[in-house]
Amino acid sequence: MNVFTTPLLTGTATGAILLMAALGLTLTFGQMGVINMANGEFLMVGAYVAYVTQQLIDSPGLSTLIALPMAFIVAGLLGLLLEVSIIQWMYKRPLDTLLVTVGVSLVLQQLAQDVFGAQGDPVTAPSWLGGRISVFGYEWPHRQLFTIVLAIGSLAALSAVLKYSSFGRRIRATVQNRELAETLGVSTRNVDRITFFLGSGLAGVGGVAIALISGTNPTLGTSYIIPAFLVVVVGGVGQLKGTVMAAWAVGVVTAFLTDWLSGSMAQVLTFAVVVVFLTVRPQGLFTVRTRSLA
Amino acid sequence: MTITDPELAAPADVERAAGTPPPARHSQSPARLLGTYGALIPIAILAVVLLVWAPQSMSAFRLGNLGKYCALALAAMGIGLAWGRGGMLVMGQGVFFGLGGYAMAMHMKLEAAGPGEVPDFMVLYGDGTMPAWWEPFRSGPFTIFAIVALPALVSFILGQAILKRRVKGAYFAILTQALAVAFATLLIATIKQTGGFNGLNTFTTVFGHNLYDPTVKKNLYLVAAGLVVLFLVILWQLYRSRYGELLVATRDAEERIRFLGYDPANIKLVAFIIAAVMASIGGAVFVPIAGIISPSNVDAPASILLIAGVALGGRSSLLGPVLGAIAVGYGRSALSEKFPTQWTYFQGALFIVVILLLPSGAASLGSRVKSLWPKRPAKADVDHVAGETRR
Repeated sequence: MNVFTTPLLTGTATGAILLMAALGLTLTFGQMGVINMANGEFLMVGAYVAYVTQQLIDSPGLSTLIALPMAFIVAGLLGLLLEVSIIQWMYKRPLDTLLVTVGVSLVLQQLAQDVFGAQGDPVTAPSWLGGRISVFGYEWPHRQLFTIVLAIGSLAALSAVLKYSSFGRRIRATVQNRELAETLGVSTRNVDRITFFLGSGLAGVGGVAIALISGTNPTLGTSYIIPAFLVVVVGGVGQLKGTVMAAWAVGVVTAFLTDWLSGSMAQVLTFAVVVVFLTVRPQGLFTVRTRSLA
Repeated sequence: MTITDPELAAPADVERAAGTPPPARHSQSPARLLGTYGALIPIAILAVVLLVWAPQSMSAFRLGNLGKYCALALAAMGIGLAWGRGGMLVMGQGVFFGLGGYAMAMHMKLEAAGPGEVPDFMVLYGDGTMPAWWEPFRSGPFTIFAIVALPALVSFILGQAILKRRVKGAYFAILTQALAVAFATLLIATIKQTGGFNGLNTFTTVFGHNLYDPTVKKNLYLVAAGLVVLFLVILWQLYRSRYGELLVATRDAEERIRFLGYDPANIKLVAFIIAAVMASIGGAVFVPIAGIISPSNVDAPASILLIAGVALGGRSSLLGPVLGAIAVGYGRSALSEKFPTQWTYFQGALFIVVILLLPSGAASLGSRVKSLWPKRPAKADVDHVAGETRR
């Protein structure tokens, strides 16, 4: 039973982190066609927010609880800054945003290295996350469970915002038909900014979860950004349920392959699986049906 | 009518063009010849600089560095073809650079080991047995064949799989970058077969020539520089061919090309394969000059560095990628000598500034500055780079 449950549970936790990183990507990609390669660095920013909060507040439990909203706000504001300073000039050339944000991510990484040092810093998990829970014979760390709870919580909050709030409605309108939304008086410029803020903020919250599991590191974002993009591609752009399923699937498949073969072979094979999947379903798991050609 | 004042020449020309019928099409007027073959002049100048001036006036060390940048420029020219002309942002050209580089390195490693022997690192890390797929690389002709055939095969399969299914734009870019990450990971994991993180190094000879001989070193440089010039001429011919036109048309309006009865996937596939083979040849000439190939030469950051040169020089221009790659190579070694950590900032800023403000790269600087004078540049100036439309 253990050979099955262990990778399933750890894979689900990995999938939860991937989901936090991928939500921002799928929002901005689906809505604006912007490919934000710096989103991985917002994870890193969130992790450092957790670290800094812990330096200021002694109690790990309290600092974690404070770090979560702080990370959301700090990473979100950074995302907003990115949109206002750079991205907004590039909406006509979405593919080029990919390279510009690569540049931004390089700068952010080096900045983190200069401020906090090239070595990572450990972040102490609160005592209530130190335990393990026994699931079918596998001693599952609370921290992984916490990651999943966090991801589900963020997802629920995001869905609620999209579904019930007025600016959530504006976001959905913009995603579905930007020109029509503009005609109806929706300020798509503001909607774009809010989306950027939300997406980056969610990555920041994911960063706190990463910090609790593996500490901080200036290059932490690079190992998540490509899998997160694969999640977006597999899930179908701009589709929350597709992203959720794809994140879980990529996390679990990688965990199983890691268990059977090795970590590096798992990465290579996961990539191969994604390519094969895309040849079968190039539009991803779920799509918005449109009559446009592209 | 004689005109001596250059100020008056331009309006007079316009008047004449408007008033008199244009010269017959078949006449080989100098202006017409210049229009057709004018692009060869900068190539010729570059050829003289690279092949005549540089070997005479540069020290062996600096010539070696320039040779490395020439090898990278070969890969960059391929990116220029696929990205600038074909609209496919290839973010994993390091993979193909690595295929050629590793093929060459394996051959040189086996040369260094001697007939029937196994490379030193296999004894060091493994049990001294050589995987069977190393064996053919003992043969020089097979190695050269593999340097061209291997990337062509890989890019054909990959392109067939994803281009045929109309995977494009960002999807394509992300997949190629994932490929680079996967390839580097695979190399690091297979230390017994590929030397792992350290890669392949400590060579002695290349096709029987001693690598430490100054003449051989110089000749290796000349091969790299010569290939750059050769491929510039090939690309020049390709760009002005019907295929070149079709490729640009596919970049700018893929659906129209489809409606006209072409298969855009095939058009793009050809560019993707040529770009892959060029990167592979670049990798193959890089290894004997640099004396090493390792995962850090082929992974995602290495692939992105190649793109930096192309973006800087001008993605869709002929010479831009070459000059950009050489400039980035020099800039990197100069900056990282003086300020080790500043290079990353610089590279990041380069991407932001060039892509944001100068999407057609330094090649467009002249026309950009000119267009600033009479009035602000119109949107059309930028639009020819933005192939894809907004989602």
